[in-house]
Amino acid sequence: MDSHSHSHSQVDGSFDESHDSFSNNSFNESFIELDGVEKVFDVRKKTGFMRSERREVRAVDSISFRVARGEMVGYIGPNGAGKSTTIKMLTGILTPSGGRLRVAGIDPSRERTRLARRIGVVFGQRTTLWWDLPLIDSYKLMHRMYRIPDARYRENLDRCVELLELADLLDVPVRQLSLGQRMRGDIAAALLHDPEVLYLDEPTIGLDVISKARVREFLRDLNAERGTTVLLTTHDLQDIEQLCSRVMVIDHGRLMYDGPLTGLHEVGDSERTLVVDLERELPPVEVPSARVVRVEGPRQWLAFPASESAAPLVARIAAEYPLVDLSVREPDIEAVIAKMLHSMRDTPKPPPEQAERSGRAAS
Amino acid sequence: MGVGVAGAVKTGARGGRWTRDDWDDGPLGRWERVFDGVRTYRMIAAMWIRSTMAYRASFVMTTLGNFAATGLDFLAIVLMFSQIDRLGGYSLPEIAFLYGLSAIAFGTADLVVGSMDRLGRRVRDGTLDTLLVRPAPVLAQVAADRFALRRLGRITQGLMVLGYALLALDDVHWTVLKVLLVPVMVLSGGAIFCAVFVGGAAFQFVARDASEVQNAFTYGGATLLQYPPGLFAQDLVRGVTFVFPLAFVNWLPALYVLGRPYPLDLPEWVAFLPPLVAAGCCALAGLAWRAGLRSYRSTGS
Repeated sequence: MDSHSHSHSQVDGSFDESHDSFSNNSFNESFIELDGVEKVFDVRKKTGFMRSERREVRAVDSISFRVARGEMVGYIGPNGAGKSTTIKMLTGILTPSGGRLRVAGIDPSRERTRLARRIGVVFGQRTTLWWDLPLIDSYKLMHRMYRIPDARYRENLDRCVELLELADLLDVPVRQLSLGQRMRGDIAAALLHDPEVLYLDEPTIGLDVISKARVREFLRDLNAERGTTVLLTTHDLQDIEQLCSRVMVIDHGRLMYDGPLTGLHEVGDSERTLVVDLERELPPVEVPSARVVRVEGPRQWLAFPASESAAPLVARIAAEYPLVDLSVREPDIEAVIAKMLHSMRDTPKPPPEQAERSGRAAS
Repeated sequence: MGVGVAGAVKTGARGGRWTRDDWDDGPLGRWERVFDGVRTYRMIAAMWIRSTMAYRASFVMTTLGNFAATGLDFLAIVLMFSQIDRLGGYSLPEIAFLYGLSAIAFGTADLVVGSMDRLGRRVRDGTLDTLLVRPAPVLAQVAADRFALRRLGRITQGLMVLGYALLALDDVHWTVLKVLLVPVMVLSGGAIFCAVFVGGAAFQFVARDASEVQNAFTYGGATLLQYPPGLFAQDLVRGVTFVFPLAFVNWLPALYVLGRPYPLDLPEWVAFLPPLVAAGCCALAGLAWRAGLRSYRSTGS
């Protein structure tokens, strides 16, 4: 251990010693570090027969952030914003065009295989399992490929099989699994070697409600019990709400927001929707701090700021109207991000609070 | 590597949380990487063999099918010889000698790295990324993917044709050198074809739809080599000798064994070059693979 931290501080000699994640009191130190990381692609566009135009696309444009050990971070943004490119650089699949990137003190692109033993990756859209082989065969291969000690392997496998309910699926070829089953199988595969960080690219995409809940619960427990750092990209705001204390929003390859989810609502002044069912058809409800956006028979939709609590609003309506039933709907993630990005583009200078947050991102 | 595993076992016995740093053994050296690649290859291939053997009947059927399909190839040549005595001045056993050597060399390469021609598809659908996050060389993972023992069918067929040729060749004056040259030819030829497969796969990093182009060189090359060089245009023979050295798989050494004149007035000693040519081809293919993978990792999908 000591000799390792020594060799690493030599490798990282140009960098501040205190950031060496191999030192012993490493809990609060950054585990993932990005400093001005960029990725520029050359895109060729056909402009005619045998002629093409070269254009530079900055998929990731000078992004800096730190993630501490044990954090659970949501990484969100519109399609094509650079989320997957960032994950690919963090896992060593892609080489950054510029900037400095370290995961557990390792430069991912230069020491890909060495880093691979310390990270787990789940791609929502494609499986890391061997498609034609039974699930258990993939796990056996992982066992040997990652050189997991037998006792460790058995313990981790048993735990995953139990919590992710995989017992009946182990002998089924991966191609015959449903999307939800396959996703659980993939998550187990990514955790057999006790990774310190787990990257999940759209882990709940296409899953039914029960599978989603099961996956989320599992991830929460994993983070709480093992202290595994989790970085996930998602389109599902509920993933973030239920799992992540911190969100990062990326757009056009730039980090636009880094902070708690509640702050994201404030920046974007997004709205939640309160759906109330009244006893009978009534004219639109009149309450301060909310406005009726839709009426359909006895059912009415009220929009109110997402940063405010629904409780006083509900109390007031219940007191003044014949209320039968109600539900609160969260804004969807696209809407929140779109609003936030929109308000940021409109204001030439970011408000002080926001500057502070992006300050955190750049520090 | 060994030190790393020992470290992990030690900490496991200690009972505490398994710390990575104990078997985190730093960047791998060149030979360690080769060793790791072979280990990975064996591991994945063994897994595929086991899974194939779960359906033994199906395995037997596909292997027989593979054997029969390649066998028809030679049958066509035999039928041709029912009408003619010589093809390009060569007798049937002589053609069989060329055919057998080419089939065995190509069959071996097909068995070992035949899956590599799927690389383009892996790049297109993004599944190559899943190989890049595993702690094992990508080349070994791609090569061992879908390892199929049924490809032994082609090798078996080649061996039988070669066996027939060796029995039926009556005017060859066997010397120790000639006898030794036969296994050397098979091994070097297999290595040359392996290099073609790997080089072709490396090309698919750049041109994702080049799988058919690759087939032209692998399957096409193997068929070309089954016939005597005299049947082909001088420029083609020149090309497969100096540019794309398939002629070293069997033509040049086999013509030495058969005591036939070389094409292109080459000196006699070129018959003994196949091992060197094979080593050169493998080195070039390795470099091409590395360049291809590097370009993939800088451009993405």
